[in-house]
Amino acid sequence: MKKLGVIVNPVAGMGGRVGLKGSDGIEILRRAREMGAEPESPRRAIEALKIIAKLKNEIEVLAYPDEMGADECSQAGLEPEVIGSIKSGETSPEDTMEAAREMAQKGVDLILFAGGDGTARNIYTAIGAKIPVLGIPAGVKIHSAVYAINPRSAGEVASLYLQGQVVNIREAEVMDIDEEAFRQGRVNARLYGYLKVPVERRVQSVKSGARSEQAEMEGMAAEVAANMEKDTLYIIGPGTTTRTIMERLELPNTLLGVDVVFNRELVANDVGEKQLFNLLEQHKGKAHIVVTAIGGQGHVFGRGNQQISPRVIRLVGKNNIIVVASREKLVALQPHPLLVDTGDPDLDQELSGYVRVVTGWEDSIMYRISNDAD
Amino acid sequence: MHKKPIVYPYIPNSAPETKAAMMKEVGVTDPMQLYEEIPEHLKYTQEMKLPEPILDEYSIRRHTDEILGKNKTCCEYLSFLGAGCAQHFVPAVCDEINGRGEFLTAYVGESMGDHGKWQALFEYCSLMGELMDMDILSIPMYDGGQAASSSLRMANRINDRKKVLVPASMSPEIFTIAQNYLNSVPAPEIEIVKIGFDSNTGLMDLNDLKKNISADVSAVFIENPSYLGFIETQAEEIGKIAREAGAEFIVYTDPISLGVMEAPANYGASITCGDYHPLGLHLGAGGCQGGFIATHDDMKYISEFKDLMFGLTDTLQDGEWGFGEVLFDRTSYGSRDKGKEFTGTSTGLWAITAAVYLSLMGPRGMEEVGTTIMQNCQYAAKKIGELPGVKIQFSSPSFKEFVVNFDMTGKSVAEINKHLLEFKIFGGKDLSKEFPQFGQSALYCITEVHQHKDLDKLVYALQGVISC
Amino acid sequence: MARQKKLLRDNYHQARWDESIIFELSVPGERGVLVPLACPGVVSQVGDGVSAIPANLRRKKAPALPEVNQMRVNRHFYHLSQETLGTDVTLGISEGTCTMKYSPKVQEHMAARHPGIVNVHPLQDPETMQGMLEIYYQVEQFLKEISGMDAFSLQPGGGAHGVYANASMIRAYHRARGDNNRTEIITTMFSHPCDAATPNTAGFKVITLMPDESGYPDLEAMKAALSERTAGIMITNPEDTGIYNPRIEEYVKAAHAVGALCSYDQANANGMLGIHRAREAGFDMCHFNLHKTFSAPHGCMGPATGAIGVKEFLKPFLPVPRVEFDGQKYILNSNYPESIGKVRSYFGNANVVLKSYMWIMQHGAEGLKEAAICSVLNNQYFMKKIAAIPGIVIWYAKGKRRLEQVRYSWEKLKQDTGVGTDDVNKRIVDFGIEHYWTSHHPWVVPEPFTLEPCESYNKEDLDEYVEVLQQISKEAYADANFVKTAPHKAASHRPTHEAIDEAELIAVTWRQYQKKHGKK
Repeated sequence: MKKLGVIVNPVAGMGGRVGLKGSDGIEILRRAREMGAEPESPRRAIEALKIIAKLKNEIEVLAYPDEMGADECSQAGLEPEVIGSIKSGETSPEDTMEAAREMAQKGVDLILFAGGDGTARNIYTAIGAKIPVLGIPAGVKIHSAVYAINPRSAGEVASLYLQGQVVNIREAEVMDIDEEAFRQGRVNARLYGYLKVPVERRVQSVKSGARSEQAEMEGMAAEVAANMEKDTLYIIGPGTTTRTIMERLELPNTLLGVDVVFNRELVANDVGEKQLFNLLEQHKGKAHIVVTAIGGQGHVFGRGNQQISPRVIRLVGKNNIIVVASREKLVALQPHPLLVDTGDPDLDQELSGYVRVVTGWEDSIMYRISNDAD
Repeated sequence: MHKKPIVYPYIPNSAPETKAAMMKEVGVTDPMQLYEEIPEHLKYTQEMKLPEPILDEYSIRRHTDEILGKNKTCCEYLSFLGAGCAQHFVPAVCDEINGRGEFLTAYVGESMGDHGKWQALFEYCSLMGELMDMDILSIPMYDGGQAASSSLRMANRINDRKKVLVPASMSPEIFTIAQNYLNSVPAPEIEIVKIGFDSNTGLMDLNDLKKNISADVSAVFIENPSYLGFIETQAEEIGKIAREAGAEFIVYTDPISLGVMEAPANYGASITCGDYHPLGLHLGAGGCQGGFIATHDDMKYISEFKDLMFGLTDTLQDGEWGFGEVLFDRTSYGSRDKGKEFTGTSTGLWAITAAVYLSLMGPRGMEEVGTTIMQNCQYAAKKIGELPGVKIQFSSPSFKEFVVNFDMTGKSVAEINKHLLEFKIFGGKDLSKEFPQFGQSALYCITEVHQHKDLDKLVYALQGVISC
Repeated sequence: MARQKKLLRDNYHQARWDESIIFELSVPGERGVLVPLACPGVVSQVGDGVSAIPANLRRKKAPALPEVNQMRVNRHFYHLSQETLGTDVTLGISEGTCTMKYSPKVQEHMAARHPGIVNVHPLQDPETMQGMLEIYYQVEQFLKEISGMDAFSLQPGGGAHGVYANASMIRAYHRARGDNNRTEIITTMFSHPCDAATPNTAGFKVITLMPDESGYPDLEAMKAALSERTAGIMITNPEDTGIYNPRIEEYVKAAHAVGALCSYDQANANGMLGIHRAREAGFDMCHFNLHKTFSAPHGCMGPATGAIGVKEFLKPFLPVPRVEFDGQKYILNSNYPESIGKVRSYFGNANVVLKSYMWIMQHGAEGLKEAAICSVLNNQYFMKKIAAIPGIVIWYAKGKRRLEQVRYSWEKLKQDTGVGTDDVNKRIVDFGIEHYWTSHHPWVVPEPFTLEPCESYNKEDLDEYVEVLQQISKEAYADANFVKTAPHKAASHRPTHEAIDEAELIAVTWRQYQKKHGKK
């Protein structure tokens, strides 16, 4: 029998309704409550859990107490085994982390959680990518890619997964921004890591002639590697997409950081901005930057790769930027453009227009890139 | 005065009442308003210059019959043409089944509503697998030329080498198809090298092969039986040479030979390919060809097939056969970046026909048909070879076809074939342009459809033609 | 009670024969057919014949084919045919982009039974097959007139094969001019995937254009992609969405301006006959699928023909042999040294060409145009009805008239009920309607399905189809699970593995199945 763990961050989404950006921090939460904020996540969690309740007799459900999952489960018609303890009404990120840890220990097959970027980050911090998780979107900030598109879809995909049906596992970005900076109007998002997320797998019809995302990305890596120029620095940005290039080159890779390659050899792992700039100067700027679209909004620069700063980009030059991404990713972004937010408005303007995104072996898509998220 | 509108039987809504009602429904008063998205200057405003239509069914049948009646056929004439499209016995059940409207008019439906199609194509693969003594086939391809071409590309993807060796005696038709298929932008993707052969036996020149084999060679390709009819008796050795160099050994075979000849898999072929036209299909003016590729059960090969594979599985209903798509992504294991190929509509109906044929024939039928072909062929070669000035080019044993050299008769093949027409005979294919080294030679094809009297008639006619 | 006329076949059930695999029907010793044996006069001269084969090339173990009597073989394949939804028995409206027309029986009978094609060998002396060559020559003339191109080849064995041949010609053209740096082909997201896959096979890099917010390929993106490396653009219009791109000329002009060739994928041409041609839109080459627009059937995926047309300057690159008329007779001409050579043996699928010849001859210019108009009329009528079904959304180009097909979306149904397009597609066969075509991947339009109600279908056929979709929508809102476990009345149920990827589960032949799973 498959085991499902349910965690609800009961305060996720509270800030949004009252115009506060995010709900991290006790002080903010109090303000939100004073302003009359209602929790969003319980309602959304119930919507997803109702779909899973159809499998009631085929699965075991573990939930954290009260509003952190047990209540929502019961209201959806599930009878969970309740574990752990919380102080109802005063839950904290630590509770989320503890819940994830305990569930992992008890060997759940999937954790379904309701929350926002902060919640995803807490779970990532607690258990890493040990077991698959799936987010029910309920928070204000959704930069992470670990969420289903809506609560119903979360319920559907979780059900398929628990029934052992056609589901793929994908590595999805956990991102979060500095909430304090965000409330002051600055976005400073970081890529924290990757969680394993089940996604609905489509059995493709005989006419479609498509290839799997994974296979296409291997082709993309081969394409980038095959076209690497001699005596040129390659600055490889963070993420699983760019990682496939490092794997192709059989070089050690920093998933969340920037690596530098020269003549197919590693120059440095996880470089900072200054080191990067110095390296570039040594090579007289003869370099290419390889980056992918990070996060749910498709940032090419300015999210998770701030090491690649405006002066670095300028030195390398616009024409030497290679953007890589899967077709799926670009289609999911539609109709929104890829984004640049380097912190230098002039540079962002210069980078805007169209970019050729490498999507596979000898395969690319022309895509719009913009300094403005429409 | 307005003409009365024509109501076309294949265009039901051309009936004026319905058409008017539907136009009203979509809010147009003139049919051209349906096309308002097309800018005026891009519309074609003239009348296409096509012949006046033949509207009624009787007249179109009569008209077509008159045109096709201008063709001389291989029923009226005794035909010895082969070269990849030989006349074989077609059991009536083959025509019965490929005439079934459900098969004739189906396309790409899924395995539930089109269960029968999936099963029939699975059975095609299964039956061919027995003939080839190999486990893996995909659904079919356009023709043997495509099968040969894709086999060469598969080899290239498997070992990432850029050179293939083929016999200089190979079918020029297939060679030309492969040449285009292995070509690329900007440079040829894969180099094709022709290996010489012995003009007395037809067999591959093993010294030339050894001279050209190297660690750069992706595949060694042979035909067995060959285009020119001889059996490549050194096949096993050629395979060994290929394997030792780490190259794939591709054998292009004639499936109807495999009741009596060994399956290439059993003399070392890692990829077997060919055209299944001999299995239950008519000549059809060349329109009934179909390609196949077979390999062993090894992910290294399975993942390089370009076409769909239907896998046998269960369904949600206990005890029911179901079908799923095998490795749709294919590349999860493969190396697509070493050269992509495309898939598309090919020859499904003919593959189902081949399945019917092999089901009817069984092991005995295949052995018998192979034996008859060998016997008829040897008889014809013997008798023709006895004619003055006529020589059978190769001393090697042959299957189904052999090269006849007329140099000593002082007559060209073209002349001879023209004369043979007077006897209502289509002589063998003229090789004088394709293989000038054989002078005035023709490729004669003899199968199980030829009876003793047919062969004697050919010999008699040839005798008359060369002595006149 | 007497039956009221109705459209919804709610009592339908497909044949479900529970048919064994042919190998399971084997009875040792049975024969399905006897084959001619060599006459005694032959045998007395040459003996057993097979001794001539060297021992190592003699078949040692007979192929393990089944042994089945003839009636049972015939019955077996009849059963399988009855478990297949061909357009002769179902509404082919389902397979959008495929133009599943009625294939008139008179054509089928001529192609399958007339000795003047069935028993003609492709290597006969051309003088002995003047009729066959005349058909080829005439169809080429017809297609020239329909497209405005200057020459056609009917050699390719399918639509993708035709596009591949066009890509090969683009390669040959630039190479002949000594221009070896043109390595890129541009196509669009809503063009058929073969517009990307086949140039790749021909060695090109492929750049795809995304649709803009209105569903048209992004023109600015194309301009950004064009360069001196562009060898050609390969695009469809209307695209798979059924939306005609009115600015098509600008795409063509922009491509020509950098020296690229423009290839028009006219697999979706059914709504355009006599209305719009490749020439007027400025294209250099195009292709038609004779098995779509020109009525030849699809035959469980072939045989088929991709007819490829070019302007005069590209004629030298067409595949050989070419069928020509010297004023007295038809000849086969291979004397085109710049030709790409061959893509298919002999001269292609003659039977398919014959069917298209007859179809065009039965319609003439006026009839072809009528077919186009009725296909578009059907589609617009159909779209209007379908738009009203709960759960269906139509993306892009609001208020614009679509041509011969529409890509619809069950996005709303999926959101409301969890029933998506794959589920509806399994339920639809329970009403005797073939599974529909969703879309190629990735799904730009979510939960897509693509329907093409070409001119073969009358108003009642369309209304029946609409009723079926309505019924399934209703079912999804009432009992989603019922739809999600469909089909209930088809030839078989959902396979346990619709996608088989694990090596240990792969069984593409009976022998492989037995090795892995033993006897069932």
